[in-house]
Amino acid sequence: MKILVPIKRVPDPATTIRVLPDGSGIATDNVKWVINPFDEIAIEEALRIKEKQAGSEVVLVTIGQSTWQEQLRTGLAMGADRAILVKNDGYLDPLALAKIIAKVAAGENADLVLLGKQAIDDDSNQVGQMLAELLGWPQATFASKVEFADKRVTVIREVDGGLETIAFNLPAVVTTDLRLNEPRYASLPGIMKARKKELKEVAAESLGLDLAPKLKIKSLTAPPKRQAGRKVASVEELVSVLHTEAKVI
Amino acid sequence: MAESLRDLDYFSLDDLLTSEERATRDTVKRFVQREVLPQIERHFAAETFAVELIPQMAELGMFGANIKGYGCAGMNNVSYGLIMQELEAGDSGLRSFASVQSSLAMYAIYANGSEDQKKRYLPEMAKGRLIGCFGLTEPDHGSDPGGMETRARKDGDGWILNGTKRWITNGSIADVAIVWAKVDQGITGFLVERGTPGFSTRDIHGKFSMRASITSELILEDVRLPASAHLPNARGLKGPLGCLTQARYGIAWGAIGAARTCFNTALDYTKSRKQFSRPLAGFQLVQSKLVNMLTEITKGQMVCLRLAHLKDQGKMRPEHVSFAKRNNVNEALKIARDARDMLGANGIVNEYPVIRHMMNLETVNTYEGTFDVHTLILGRDITGENAFE
Repeated sequence: MKILVPIKRVPDPATTIRVLPDGSGIATDNVKWVINPFDEIAIEEALRIKEKQAGSEVVLVTIGQSTWQEQLRTGLAMGADRAILVKNDGYLDPLALAKIIAKVAAGENADLVLLGKQAIDDDSNQVGQMLAELLGWPQATFASKVEFADKRVTVIREVDGGLETIAFNLPAVVTTDLRLNEPRYASLPGIMKARKKELKEVAAESLGLDLAPKLKIKSLTAPPKRQAGRKVASVEELVSVLHTEAKVI
Repeated sequence: MAESLRDLDYFSLDDLLTSEERATRDTVKRFVQREVLPQIERHFAAETFAVELIPQMAELGMFGANIKGYGCAGMNNVSYGLIMQELEAGDSGLRSFASVQSSLAMYAIYANGSEDQKKRYLPEMAKGRLIGCFGLTEPDHGSDPGGMETRARKDGDGWILNGTKRWITNGSIADVAIVWAKVDQGITGFLVERGTPGFSTRDIHGKFSMRASITSELILEDVRLPASAHLPNARGLKGPLGCLTQARYGIAWGAIGAARTCFNTALDYTKSRKQFSRPLAGFQLVQSKLVNMLTEITKGQMVCLRLAHLKDQGKMRPEHVSFAKRNNVNEALKIARDARDMLGANGIVNEYPVIRHMMNLETVNTYEGTFDVHTLILGRDITGENAFE
């Protein structure tokens, strides 16, 4: 089975994010970059499938600048077989990303695309769904368990109010949720081996796709600072304040 | 990521690391976060070493990581240093275990052993299936190892060893001990396997420092060894001293990890704790201490990175290592003491990692060449005058 795992580079969740004064983006100096944690879960799942199904191949793909190679190398160090960097400098919206991944998946003849349910930077939660639609493949989002029998996949999804089990045939798109697995470490010998694995670069514009964003980020603002609470003297005052000031009742 | 493990990179030294070096650091940092921090206080309290971590450390390639071949990861010395830094950000005892396994025991065999010995021991030690220890120090000979009383005498083809070694990290959990002993021609080394008749170990208890690490005494009473147990290329004191240079190199890096944890903890604490209705971090005396910590950690990082590059280029001298070990450990100890002070009463409980690091660093300042001994090494180097004797 050939598994394509699209990954995104995001700021380390432990990094304190600062919005630029003009609201055009976030300050990236001193930001530590990591693989989107949900995508890391997707890599882990792909490696586990590969370990069970001999002859499988795990191919990573990311869309970004040359420096994103570092996250691909980390994925290769975890055990992925090879990687593709689709080079692009500007902003791409989720649809453009889905189009690029669809093109790569078709070109690779992938049987399965496994990716995080969302990236922790903008939390769009759109690429997997759009990708399945563009490819015309079945999809399972928020996967907390993935099982295979021949070409049939059974996925347990985390949905509001419980779990949903769905089954479908490959090829397919599966997006991963937090409880699917705990990703392995990139071992030190793995890091040494990753150096020699294939990492191919492709220019985004060479794919012949319309990547013009349909979504525009107008501005970013930091969440408002939390106000200190205040004490009220009685239940009557509390109800009154909730009604007239907080306007929640 | 536990806040206390976060990086401190005031001068963007990360830009001088390769992506492999950064990935190595991140792997070890994550290992410490996930596997070490949840249980280190329990081990420290119980005076036990976390033996359950050994298989995973081995699988990740941490043992003998900078040795080429023999099943070792073959990383450069920057990566090796970063491993030690991140392990010691967790606990000095954990870093000590790795230092002894890698730089003292494995390196002793790598540098002084026969090809047969290397093939027999190194791959198993890299896999963590064989644990090593390093017996140089004796009850009456610490800074003066040349005065050792352990003797080896020829017995047919083999050898008979007698003596006592003390303050030996990993002693009672080791499968093979590197034992240094005097023969007629000077000092040489032997491989003594656990279970050899006449060889026994006894743990040292009552430690206030390095409690999450095993410290033992090795007792050798008419221990008969075959010729194959002798390290053929170990001739004179430079055999063990060469190993110590490797270990001290890792300690210089490790101390930065411990200091960084103390700094991060003190910074977070003083920013959030209010006295006289404002954060402690707003007071000049507190800021002065924080800035001094930041400065010393950053200087230590720069020394280590340069030292690593010199080592990778084959230009590192033992005196460079003395400089780095002496300075970084001493500054780390001062930083830990300051951090302990800044946390006030909270600084004395194990809810915060600071006092554990502070007590551990007292050991680190003493072992592998005390601060004063490294001062004399550097003094001799710049003046040409030997102040040792």
